Amino acid sequence: MMWLTILMLLPIVGAGAIAILPKKNEKLTKQAALATTLIVMATTMAMARGFERDNVELQYVEKYSWIPAFGINYALGIDGLALVLILMSTILAPVVVLAGWNESHGGRWSVKTFYILILVLETMMIGVFAATDLFLFYVIFEAMLIPVYFLIGGYGTGERSAAAVKFLIYSLFGGLLMLASIIALYVISGAQGGHSFDLTQLSDLEMSSTTQNLLFLGFFIAFAIKAPLWPLHTWLPDAAHSATPGTSVLLLGVLDKVGTFGMIRYCLTLFPEASKTFTPLILVLAVISIIYGAILAIGQRDLKRLIAFTSISHFGFITMGIFAMTSQGHSGATLYMFNHGFSTAALFLVGGWMMTRRGSSKIADFGGLQRITPVMAWMFFLAGMSSLALPGLSSFVSEFLVLVGTFTRYPVHAVIATFGVVLAALYILIPVQKALHGPTTPGNEALSDLNLREKIAIAPIMAIIISLGFYPSPLLNVINPAASHVIAQLGFTDPVPTSGGK
Amino acid sequence: MTFITPVLNYTLLSPILILLAGALVGVLIEAFVSKTLRSTAQLSITIGTLVLSLTQVWKIRNEESTLVAMGSVVIDGPAILLQASILIISIISIFVIADTDHFTALAAALPGSDEERHSVESGNQVTEVYPLTLFAISGMMLFPVATDLITLFVALEMLSLPLYLLAGLSRRRRLASQESALKYFLLGAFSSAFFLLGMAYLYGYSASVTFAGIRASVVGGSGNDVLLLIGIAFVSIGLLFKVGAVPFHAWSPDVYQGAPTPITGFMAAATKIAAFGAMLRIYYTVFANAQWSWSPALSAIAIITMLFGSLVAIAQRDVKRMLAYSSIAHAGFLLSGVIALNKAGLDASIFYLFAYGVATVGAFAVVTLVRDSAGEVTDLNRWKGLGKRSPWVATTFAAFLLAFAGIPLTSGFIGKFAIFSAAYESGAKAVVIAGILSSAIAAFFYIRVIVLMFFTDPVQDGTSVQIPSALTRITVIFAIILTIALGVFPAPLLSFITDLATFIR
Repeated sequence: MMWLTILMLLPIVGAGAIAILPKKNEKLTKQAALATTLIVMATTMAMARGFERDNVELQYVEKYSWIPAFGINYALGIDGLALVLILMSTILAPVVVLAGWNESHGGRWSVKTFYILILVLETMMIGVFAATDLFLFYVIFEAMLIPVYFLIGGYGTGERSAAAVKFLIYSLFGGLLMLASIIALYVISGAQGGHSFDLTQLSDLEMSSTTQNLLFLGFFIAFAIKAPLWPLHTWLPDAAHSATPGTSVLLLGVLDKVGTFGMIRYCLTLFPEASKTFTPLILVLAVISIIYGAILAIGQRDLKRLIAFTSISHFGFITMGIFAMTSQGHSGATLYMFNHGFSTAALFLVGGWMMTRRGSSKIADFGGLQRITPVMAWMFFLAGMSSLALPGLSSFVSEFLVLVGTFTRYPVHAVIATFGVVLAALYILIPVQKALHGPTTPGNEALSDLNLREKIAIAPIMAIIISLGFYPSPLLNVINPAASHVIAQLGFTDPVPTSGGK
Repeated sequence: MTFITPVLNYTLLSPILILLAGALVGVLIEAFVSKTLRSTAQLSITIGTLVLSLTQVWKIRNEESTLVAMGSVVIDGPAILLQASILIISIISIFVIADTDHFTALAAALPGSDEERHSVESGNQVTEVYPLTLFAISGMMLFPVATDLITLFVALEMLSLPLYLLAGLSRRRRLASQESALKYFLLGAFSSAFFLLGMAYLYGYSASVTFAGIRASVVGGSGNDVLLLIGIAFVSIGLLFKVGAVPFHAWSPDVYQGAPTPITGFMAAATKIAAFGAMLRIYYTVFANAQWSWSPALSAIAIITMLFGSLVAIAQRDVKRMLAYSSIAHAGFLLSGVIALNKAGLDASIFYLFAYGVATVGAFAVVTLVRDSAGEVTDLNRWKGLGKRSPWVATTFAAFLLAFAGIPLTSGFIGKFAIFSAAYESGAKAVVIAGILSSAIAAFFYIRVIVLMFFTDPVQDGTSVQIPSALTRITVIFAIILTIALGVFPAPLLSFITDLATFIR
């Protein structure tokens, strides 16, 4: 059964249905979008039930010839890593639709267009993680910029068009660097047994170390722009600031994961030697991101920008976990990607409700919400705790794994990164204190608490954050085999702890 | 001296002959058919001729490649592909040209004179644009299939002279239009002179004007290399002028801006196919063995052309000038296909030419729709908010721009990938890197137009979008469907090209 193709088709079908709905009936449009995303989520879960956890090979493989002249296939397949990310994306999509029920009203265009863009984006989010043909991956990787661009520029707030352009230019630039590398790989594959974009075939190519290093950089810079790594992060705060909360969730929660996903799937697999060469440099950048993102987050007065900077710090952790080259680090990084999706979603969505109610995104404008809107305040508090990785919440497990995995090979980096954890407490607790506690800021007295729709939207996120915090093994069982497989392929063995272990 | 009776293979020459006949009928119609029927008659004759010619090309596609007309013309796979591309592009261009509102009622009248006003008022629209276009098309059809220098030169003039005239036919801003025509003519004549001089040197080098003869000398390595180098250089200047490569591009922004927009679209698309077709044939066959002498220079020109076109386009405030500079950049991308000098490069160039041509005609067709009471509006500032007023027109234009920028799922991306990978394969890495760099720069100004159309609020200045005539609508819809289809399912066309495109020498 063509599970993955069906998954990708469903949102497109939904978008087509919405396109022919009457423009006046906005409620129907939203319901159709919600129904589509729910169906996609249910289908993904049905598919996930049949996933063989211990099988490290790609599963649900599909392969059809697409452009034979260039040896390009429409090839899909998922391993544990891809499955987890597709699950995350398809769970977040209905949440975003439900949570941002009224987001599309401030836009330049109709409500219909908004949901068509969201659904087209969902198709691409599934495709980008499922593609196993490098060309197909690239096509989706680039094409998905377009809906996001229109979502930010058309429905955002403030300097939305400038932010959208900045986002697009940065991403296109990275994408073109990657294209150069892809062309080179294509030509090299042509010289070694026929043009191909098949990942397994590409990973067997023989290249000189200079070639490998250059091609690696082409890919890595593209991915480092996506998963914003210092110093390529500057587009993110602007984009997150201007986008609607829902778009920000998809942008930071899902799209940026394509960067870290790409590092594992493409950088490490295609260029193992170059990955090792650049590991020291990348780890330093990752540690800088962790600390820099955290320090800047502390200094933010604007809630959206604050969340954006916390994400830069979190992506630093993920990158560090990936390049620590240990299986704990990898498992941690993958789990981190999943958890970060939900904790950022929680922050953005609850923060978004706070901002819509107050009509401002300045932290200083809030105050005393705990008394006026207790449910909303608690939700924000929980989301914040998840972001700072409080033990008992899901992100703690992943952050811990990343730090442990890094420490066994790179103790200095891990120790410095641990300061990021301390700073996280600051950047979360300061806004919590200012916004939720203290005296009620004038103008906040009449704010309303979460309504039923909003409660329903946030409930699954909170449930995931809490339940995976106590019992992460269902997810780790899927992730661990894939992570160990990557590490083994790279020729690494996990270092044995030298002291304190048995 | 004995006289040899010329042997002509009329079947293989028929596409060109049909066009010439159609053009002559057009001239007669212009002279004898009454005013009321004239424009309908011209349009149907022109379309009929083009379609007939296209069917003829289709019929002979599987004929064995051979030299026809005493070795002056060759019909082989690339010839069929290029001719078919030119004809398809011409047909959709004619649909836009058919909107005679763009053309001056009486070209002979002085701008602003009583005579001009009178002919406009009386509705006495002359329609010489159709036969002129047909003449230009027949020249374009001959240009890439010519196999001796004399025929090549005749074809060059055949395609150029009608274009010079067509560029000056604009109804509005006639002075600018005529200025551009004059500029085009003078610079064109200048480049023709270079071309002729180059021919003379090549004749001096090889004692032959046929491609086969020159090739034999190049392969044999006999003869004076200095003559060969000068010959290659001067012939190249003539060709590079036609494609608008830097530093021979000076005419193109002015002509693109001054010419009537339907003509600009036609010229930008079809001339490029013809000129690059001829260029591919000459470099791939005649000069192939002298690669060492032209490849570095051509690479340098390609790199400068790409970067210059993309950089200067950023500063443009007029949509037609911006597209002109973008077409300069695309000429640079196409040059990398010539430099590749391999089968993949040839296939890729033909695909790119066709895909780019279709998108170009479509984009200029959209430009003709954006108007105010005084005619077309090409000032980009007045395109603000177009997405709000006419979402479909703006979306279509955005799609063409994304294709020019080479965003995946459009034909432009496949073309760019194909042509750059071919160039990379041949070792022209510097060209590929410059190409990718300029793609990044180019993306910036394409996106800026999208921002203008969608993310800026409309200004109240009376700019509106005209409801397209049925014919223009066909062109735009055809172009947009093809642009997307070639981006998503390029395989059939690519394999068709790959099977057919082999030069015979």
